[in-house]
Amino acid sequence: MTSDISQPAAVRPAAARPARLRGFWLAVGVVAPVLLVVSLSAGRFDVPFGTVLAVLFDNVLPLGAEYSRTEETVVELVRLPRILTAILAGAGLAVAGAALQGVFRNPLVGPQIIGVSSGAGFGGALAILLVGSATAIVGFAFAFGLLAMAIVYAMSRIDNQAPVLMLVLSGVVTGAFFTALTSAVKYVADPDDKLPAIVYWLMGSLASTGWDDVAVIGLPALLGGLVIVALRFRIDVLSFGDEDAEALGVQVERVRWLVLAAVALISAAVVAVAGVVGWIGLVVPHFARMLVGPGHGALLPASAALGAIYLLIIDGIARTATAAEIPLGILTALIGAPVFAVLLRRAHLSGWRRD
Amino acid sequence: MIEVDGAGVAFGGRFVFRHLGWRLERGEILAILGRNGRGKTTLLRALLGLQRLTEGRIATAGSLGYVPQRTSTPFNFTVLEVVLTGRARHLSLFQNPGPEDRAKARASLATLGIADFEERRIEDLSGGERQLVFIARALAAESDVLVLDEPTSALDYRNQDLILSVLRDVARHKGLTVVFASHYPQHALLTADRVLLMDEADRAEFGATAEVMSEASLSALYDIPMRHLDGRDAGAHMVPVFLAGRGASR
Repeated sequence: MTSDISQPAAVRPAAARPARLRGFWLAVGVVAPVLLVVSLSAGRFDVPFGTVLAVLFDNVLPLGAEYSRTEETVVELVRLPRILTAILAGAGLAVAGAALQGVFRNPLVGPQIIGVSSGAGFGGALAILLVGSATAIVGFAFAFGLLAMAIVYAMSRIDNQAPVLMLVLSGVVTGAFFTALTSAVKYVADPDDKLPAIVYWLMGSLASTGWDDVAVIGLPALLGGLVIVALRFRIDVLSFGDEDAEALGVQVERVRWLVLAAVALISAAVVAVAGVVGWIGLVVPHFARMLVGPGHGALLPASAALGAIYLLIIDGIARTATAAEIPLGILTALIGAPVFAVLLRRAHLSGWRRD
Repeated sequence: MIEVDGAGVAFGGRFVFRHLGWRLERGEILAILGRNGRGKTTLLRALLGLQRLTEGRIATAGSLGYVPQRTSTPFNFTVLEVVLTGRARHLSLFQNPGPEDRAKARASLATLGIADFEERRIEDLSGGERQLVFIARALAAESDVLVLDEPTSALDYRNQDLILSVLRDVARHKGLTVVFASHYPQHALLTADRVLLMDEADRAEFGATAEVMSEASLSALYDIPMRHLDGRDAGAHMVPVFLAGRGASR
């Protein structure tokens, strides 16, 4: 068989991709620790870098370094749990978004577009109104997040496919419906006590997170993340379309529902602790894909790292930029919405069409 | 081996095809010809188990690999990543491709002479190259039967020739059974051992290529005069050996 088709014009050296991946993780390895120490140090109460390190190090090996009781409290009981929560939430949302984009074969979906955020938001508000415990908030947020996602999925499916336009519009419709329900919950809530709790919770904030919140978000987010990462190859296969995947011997519905349940679990956990923090799952996977390529084996961990770093920076801005805390949801939307607009136009201009 | 016995598929009470009966042995190549909407793709999907039969039955020995007419993913995977998806049926739900799967994916790329493609990205490939990659993916699945929907439809002559020779190679040397749908009678003539002509819903003709592919049956199939040019008229073998339309009726 002789043909010029077996003579590729330019072959990338086989080592190029792993090298790029190594470069990415090297950069993360440098940026993340620095960011961590800076985040622990910065805030209304300034703790010097050296003291931060001393406080942390003392837990492992007490060397008798000098620092005040206040400094220890600020670092270990105020900032560390908050920072861990930001890391878990950012990583979880980004992984959830990357997985959704894979199984829906559409780089323009995220937990928000697909309705899960508004569903989980309503569930959480309802839980605050009726019960009030953290477990109830997670449980309700999960149940209604999954329900909203199922509604969007069922509504947008035509001939076994979910065209982009139907998906996005179904998300808008479902989102509007659950937002109305959330308003109804607010309307009947006690204006002195429950209403403010619901309103501030919905705007998204990590202001009062403690170690118990780390546990609330940590377990579901890690579980959901593990399921998604374990399914990374199946997500690759599903991105070729249902029929193709089925012909390749994959049980499409089972994989998709597992991924959707994991996404709902992560989103609900994040919503329960941090409120509705949008746009991360939509925007972060794009940048991860540009840096490490679309294969989900590399993409999912990279998205997790970028999402964690992103939300850590955003939360840093939220608590240091002004005298009062800025709700997270406001900041991520102010940054995410314009970035999404640019991505949308670029995707359209490059001739990308899914239906 | 594929055995089709009284198979029929109907949508909303209207049969796309019915009373189909034919048998294909291991290592044989079948070409399916017919006008648009005569059920070629529906039959391929029925063979693959993606389309439920309304009546009759289809029995296949071994697993089937599918090369769709057009398959797309929004993501710009590398060739190796694409071919590795062919290993899915051999991996359990939470399992990921290992060194052995990568070796098999590389081997199927090598079989098609495109071993050096593996790090390239699919969007950078030409139509013919992409078609080869998806055939490699079906080979990596270690299928016994290769099912292709119009594998040469978007290709230039040179790449048409390449794909057809690849199909002949895998049938002759690897013992794969090949079924492909096509709009090019000459491709059936050049490549296939058996031909299935799909006309009206309950009118189909199956048989050895030389017997079935007559000017009369093709003219009836396409509802347009078709003339068979012999080697002398046709010159080089990729020149269309069937001439259709007004030129054919002179």
